[in-house]
Amino acid sequence: MASIPMEQGLVLAAVLFTLGLIGVLVRRNIIFVLLSLEVMLNASGLAFIVAGYRWSQPDGQILFLFVLTMAAAEVSVGLALVLQLHRLFKTLDIDVASRMRG
Amino acid sequence: MLHLLFLVPILPFCGFVILALGGRWLTKTQIALVGVGSVGLSAVIAVAISLNFVADAPTGNAFSQSIWTWINIGGFTPHIAFYLDSLSVIMILVVTVVGSLIHLYSAEYMEEESDGYARFFACMNLFVGSMLTLVLADNLLLLYLGWEGVGLCSYLLIGFWYTDPANGRAARKAFTVTRVGDTAMLVGLLLLFTKLGTLQIQPLMQAAQAHWVVGSSITVAAAGLLLGGALGKSAQLPLQTWLPDAMAGPTPVSALIHAATMVTAGVYLIARMNVLFTMSPVIHTTVAAIGAGTLILAGFSALVQRDIKRVLAYSTISQIGYMFLAVGVGAWSAAMFHFMTHAFFKALLFMGAGVVILGEHHEQDMFKMGGLRKEAPLLFWTFLAGSLSLVALPLVTAGFYSKDAILAGAWASDAGGRWLWAAGFGGAFLTSLYTFRMVFYVFFGEVRKPFNLKPGIRLMLPLVVLAFLSIVGGYLDLPRTLGNQPWFSDFMHTSLPETKELASSTERNLQISASLISLIGIFFAYYFFLREPGLVRRLVATPVGAVLHRFWFKGWGFDWVYDNFIVGTYVKVSRADKNDLFDMPVAALALVSQGLNIALSWTESGRLRWYAASVAAGGVIAVGIVVFFT
Repeated sequence: MASIPMEQGLVLAAVLFTLGLIGVLVRRNIIFVLLSLEVMLNASGLAFIVAGYRWSQPDGQILFLFVLTMAAAEVSVGLALVLQLHRLFKTLDIDVASRMRG
Repeated sequence: MLHLLFLVPILPFCGFVILALGGRWLTKTQIALVGVGSVGLSAVIAVAISLNFVADAPTGNAFSQSIWTWINIGGFTPHIAFYLDSLSVIMILVVTVVGSLIHLYSAEYMEEESDGYARFFACMNLFVGSMLTLVLADNLLLLYLGWEGVGLCSYLLIGFWYTDPANGRAARKAFTVTRVGDTAMLVGLLLLFTKLGTLQIQPLMQAAQAHWVVGSSITVAAAGLLLGGALGKSAQLPLQTWLPDAMAGPTPVSALIHAATMVTAGVYLIARMNVLFTMSPVIHTTVAAIGAGTLILAGFSALVQRDIKRVLAYSTISQIGYMFLAVGVGAWSAAMFHFMTHAFFKALLFMGAGVVILGEHHEQDMFKMGGLRKEAPLLFWTFLAGSLSLVALPLVTAGFYSKDAILAGAWASDAGGRWLWAAGFGGAFLTSLYTFRMVFYVFFGEVRKPFNLKPGIRLMLPLVVLAFLSIVGGYLDLPRTLGNQPWFSDFMHTSLPETKELASSTERNLQISASLISLIGIFFAYYFFLREPGLVRRLVATPVGAVLHRFWFKGWGFDWVYDNFIVGTYVKVSRADKNDLFDMPVAALALVSQGLNIALSWTESGRLRWYAASVAAGGVIAVGIVVFFT
């Protein structure tokens, strides 16, 4: 099996991460913000896997497991916040929740 | 017996500690017991020690007792040590005996006070303790401690009724004005220490005699600086302005601090440092001149006051002027004699005035009083005894003998003695005039306001005792022309230099003229203020009379000059100086943080996406720095 060069894997991770970040910054619907966050997490996970593969170390994959666990926890907290936001403001637009402005 | 000396100042301090820390849990009776008892016990010990001292004089006519070493750095070792000679014997006797009588009086006078009762006695005890430290100190540093201690108590007690801002202002004024003198005195102490290497009074005097030339500039500087301190504390020209305002305090305070004891500390200091003052004739003559000037100026001001306590305040300034005159002409024992008799009769007059004020519902204006002679006969007779002693009624009062000794000393002095005598002589006339003006207004004429107070034993006993002392106190020192029993002078001369003697015939002439002038003064007071009061009113109504009246009433405009030229200028300069170069960095710091605050609070928009964007931008920048710059 022909091996994939590390550069290509990392470029893919960077592209995914940037797309996710753009999604976080431009989407106003909190569901999509959370989705974009998932994309960013997975992009960084991909970077770990690629790096682990390049140096033939299992650490990258172990770290990806940690990222997955953390993502699951993050999503549960995030969805709880979504519910609260919906209950308080009757909307999913996060720009509405800006009462803590200085 | 003498070794109990340390108890004399310690006991009032103990009273202070008990009252200051535990005053709130004690009943009024207990507070009075501690407050009066500590000073009373101290007085008993002081009397016993003094009798012992007189009966069996210690070697060198002095006794010193070191309690402990206060400081020990590089050869500078002041001790907490007490030095007893005839000068301090008289001082501690007057301070403790008159002090305990005034404490007894205060126990009833201050009874209306609810929460301030313990505070009052705590401050009074602290005062007595500090005053005793001052007069017993064997080194100038300990003396300075007592000196500042009495100043502090004066401040605390003038502002005793602190809810009225005017009282606080008077207290601050007293503190600030005396501070001017105290600063001079501190500089003087440092000068003495750097030049002579010790602050212990007796070795210091010997060193000054051994190393310094009479009249040299260093003696003038040292004596002048000490004189500055004495002027501030004793309310002499030009630092006398605080004393009339100090009458804002309770009357027993005026009696104890601002008449009988603290204000005479300046006289004590000059007498204690007599070697230094004799060695600088210029300053020594200045002392006499200041005393003469002060006694005349204050006499005129006392003549036009309406407030009974202010009359007595100006009278105190004037009488201390006599003491300064006496020490200035080298009549050391006369000064101390007048200090003692003045303490008796002025404390008596102040406490009498206090009873008058209580009985007249806190009225202090003499023009609204009258006829108290029949309303309160015992008060009248004691007050009269004090007044007669103040005007030096010939032969029968203590004031006569002490003032006579001062006038004789002034006449005998080489430095302008006739002029100084004339000032004292004129002052005697003024004294009679203003004293009996007060007596006639308050006790004679028709009753304007009924006197309703049944003074208790604690109010009246001190008055009676002091009235007795004001009459017989003079027999301690009979001049050569009248019995020749100068017991007091002989006793004082064991620690102070001898006074120059006059020829008997001259002395007799001086006594006769002084007696006549005081009697004439009383007659004038009778004529102008009791028999023909319309005459004075017409005199005051004339243009010149009105101006003079106003001028004297305001104490010769000293306050006006100080407020406008010193305080006013200072305030103006500090206001102009408010935005100077040194303030700019500080102001800039404040401005920068204010700007940063505005900028940062703008970034706190509350929008989550902006926060995320700034986190991302920050991350990019951080990674960029790591990648490109390392």
